[in-house]
Amino acid sequence: QHFELRLEQFGPYRLDYTRPGRHLLLGGRRGHVAALDWHTKTLMCEINVMETVADVAWLHAETMFAVAQRRWLHVYDNQGLELNCLKRFAGVLRMQFLPYHFLLATASDTGFLQYLDVSVGKEVAATCTRGGRLAVMAQNPANAVVHLGHSNGTVTLWSPSVKEPLARALCHRGAVRALAVDRTGTYMATAGLDRQLRVWDLRTYRPLQALVLPQGAAHLDFSQRGALAAACGDVVQVYREAARELPRKPYLCHRLPQPPRGLRFCPYEDVLGAGHGAGFTSLLVPGAGEANFDALEDNPYRSRKQRQEWEVKALLEKIPAELITLDPTHLDRVDTASMEQKRREKIERLGFDPDAKRKFQPRRKAKGGSSAGGLLRRKRKVAHEQQR
Amino acid sequence: MRVKVLSRNPDDYVRETKLDLQRVPRNYDPVLHPFEVPREYTRALNATKLERVFAKPFLSSLDGHRDGVNCMAKHPKSLSTVLSGACDGEVKIWNLTKQQCIRTLQAHEGFVRGMCARFCGTSFFTVGDDKTVKQWKMESPEYGEEEEPIHTILGKTVYTGIDHHWKEAVFATCGHQVDIWDEQRTSPMCSLTWGFDSISSVKFNPIEAYLLGSCASDRNIVLYDMRQSTPLKKVILKMRTNTLCWNPMEAFIFTAANEDYNLYTFDMRFLASPVMVHMDHVSAVLDVDYSPTGKEFVSASFDKSIRIFPVDKGHSREIYHTKRMQHVITVKWTSDNKYILCGSDEMNIRLWKANASEKLGVLTPREKAAMNYNQKLKEKFQYHPQIKRIARHRHLPKSIFCQVKEQRIMKEARRRKEQNRRKHSKPGSVPFVSEKKKHIVAVVK
Repeated sequence: QHFELRLEQFGPYRLDYTRPGRHLLLGGRRGHVAALDWHTKTLMCEINVMETVADVAWLHAETMFAVAQRRWLHVYDNQGLELNCLKRFAGVLRMQFLPYHFLLATASDTGFLQYLDVSVGKEVAATCTRGGRLAVMAQNPANAVVHLGHSNGTVTLWSPSVKEPLARALCHRGAVRALAVDRTGTYMATAGLDRQLRVWDLRTYRPLQALVLPQGAAHLDFSQRGALAAACGDVVQVYREAARELPRKPYLCHRLPQPPRGLRFCPYEDVLGAGHGAGFTSLLVPGAGEANFDALEDNPYRSRKQRQEWEVKALLEKIPAELITLDPTHLDRVDTASMEQKRREKIERLGFDPDAKRKFQPRRKAKGGSSAGGLLRRKRKVAHEQQR
Repeated sequence: MRVKVLSRNPDDYVRETKLDLQRVPRNYDPVLHPFEVPREYTRALNATKLERVFAKPFLSSLDGHRDGVNCMAKHPKSLSTVLSGACDGEVKIWNLTKQQCIRTLQAHEGFVRGMCARFCGTSFFTVGDDKTVKQWKMESPEYGEEEEPIHTILGKTVYTGIDHHWKEAVFATCGHQVDIWDEQRTSPMCSLTWGFDSISSVKFNPIEAYLLGSCASDRNIVLYDMRQSTPLKKVILKMRTNTLCWNPMEAFIFTAANEDYNLYTFDMRFLASPVMVHMDHVSAVLDVDYSPTGKEFVSASFDKSIRIFPVDKGHSREIYHTKRMQHVITVKWTSDNKYILCGSDEMNIRLWKANASEKLGVLTPREKAAMNYNQKLKEKFQYHPQIKRIARHRHLPKSIFCQVKEQRIMKEARRRKEQNRRKHSKPGSVPFVSEKKKHIVAVVK
């Protein structure tokens, strides 16, 4: 599981793992793109796209990947055949794939955040973020909200259906250099030009931890079990349980031959992948990966048939992009505003309120109790209900 | 140096041979299953859409009568037999599995006004325009024998309906008055009458078997007790009731099909206000029949459609119509709760599915599990606007669609007028009358 690939020719490497964690995609700055199954070390494809590669990302399965090249966004098959060249996505710097919505979110050089629906191949939304060059991007896996870091130290949260950011938080005194959100969507780690590494609570947007590093962190990633990896210069530091405390001495640290350009934890394995100028290194981080996977969600040992079945079911359950909000359970909540409005309209239409409680009318009893005193006694028993 | 990291043996996760099942390890931690609510919502949306895609309720049409079908009767013991009587006096017995007529007999000269099967299933009774009540054998006659009734009773007046007791050898006919007959006698045991007008239908209560209900032309519904030989009470409505049907599960509930386009579900013990008013038809409701579960009923109307209503709701959940189906005179819900039969003016009996998108036949356990899951999802999200919009969408024929719009406008106009009256008169002088009580004129004991 610990291995190194020496690829010194084609520039620092960006990397991406598929969701089950079995396949690895490497993209070097000078155009070298390779896809391989790193468990068995079988190479799926290796091509040179002859252009600067800004970022690479797997799409929903290990059959397709997207490469953000110098001018446009290209989509390739896992055998290296070019499937698509999307000219609407120009100058893409960073990409994030939202798996349950089949959306590829891209952040561009000119400040545009664009969403591509890969199941139908249409651009769902293009927002002008007005935040300048968008080089820092992360997604919140729990609610599919895209976090962008800006050069004025703010982090903004975006949803495809809304033109304004859902939230804006001032995180650092200088520019934000790196951003990561943990799997449960409760913590966000940011690193800025002011050499600080901060951990924020995403529900209250309040700072939890702060640490000053001698060299600021250029890349951040959370693992499945909450370990935070930070790349400072050419040293990778791993902190366990970053939200609880950020000690000065990290859990692990490792010096790479050159400063890394990409840092990703492999899902379901205790492995941290780092792509740097001299190639790719796979580091062992005990306790980083989730031990028990759910085969109906991601199965690293799935066969071709299982992948096909999973793909069909996932496409059927594809969540429409309009449902992305800060609270993923908002569909479960009672829509009190509409309910109130409907009630008001009904009262206006009917002239009276059909749900209002009627005044308590005591029933006439046969044997006594129907006298005036008796009726009054029964009325007084329920009189307190009116006072509510 | 020994480092403790996760290392999985692929043999534990991959199946051994091609003939084995695939291994599917599960982890139910909700962190691994994000977007629980939106995914369920999408599944519910898909389930609702598929339900509409598979909603093909029409099964077949039983062809053969030479005049409009006037009445139908279910065989109490056999699910695949149904009897129907036509307006030319012909009675046909059908086999539903083969969708063929197995027996035809000329029962009356003139209309066959009413039919009912005996509770044991060995014989059935018919009444017709020729003032006779005839009892016939349920089995076909042997080779060489002629179609002859077991028993014929001649009466003095035309009989308009007949119903058999659910447990004893007693039947009741209605016409000028309600007569209760013993099967062995040729004259009625007792005659019950209240009021001066003709009675259009009579029905025995399947649970409290000594109770009868009848609908008369002077807009009332009368309830009788067979043991006392007297009428119990009656309720007078604004318009005439065509038929009534007792709920086979709730002892005191019955539903009346009225001429004012509505159906009223009454509790026998409290007739002053109906339990529910079912409004959806755009023309007179001619027949009603309950499902054997007692939770829903189907109604046939003069507008050329049949509607299925739940007992506790005021509007229908389903409407069935065809271009070829004209005024529907009679409707029956089969005893296995799966099919609906309707007999109409144009000599055809149509067979429909009670659940329009149900898959008939034997279902595999996986199919059943998937259907149950989809059903539960639809129920969970049924009030969301998009899902509600798809679930209640039904295609209506143009005549009914226009009528519905027109009647809605009329109703709104009446409501606005009443509101204006209330606004411009002394407060309290125009009282609020609930929709249920609006249609009842009086209850008489």
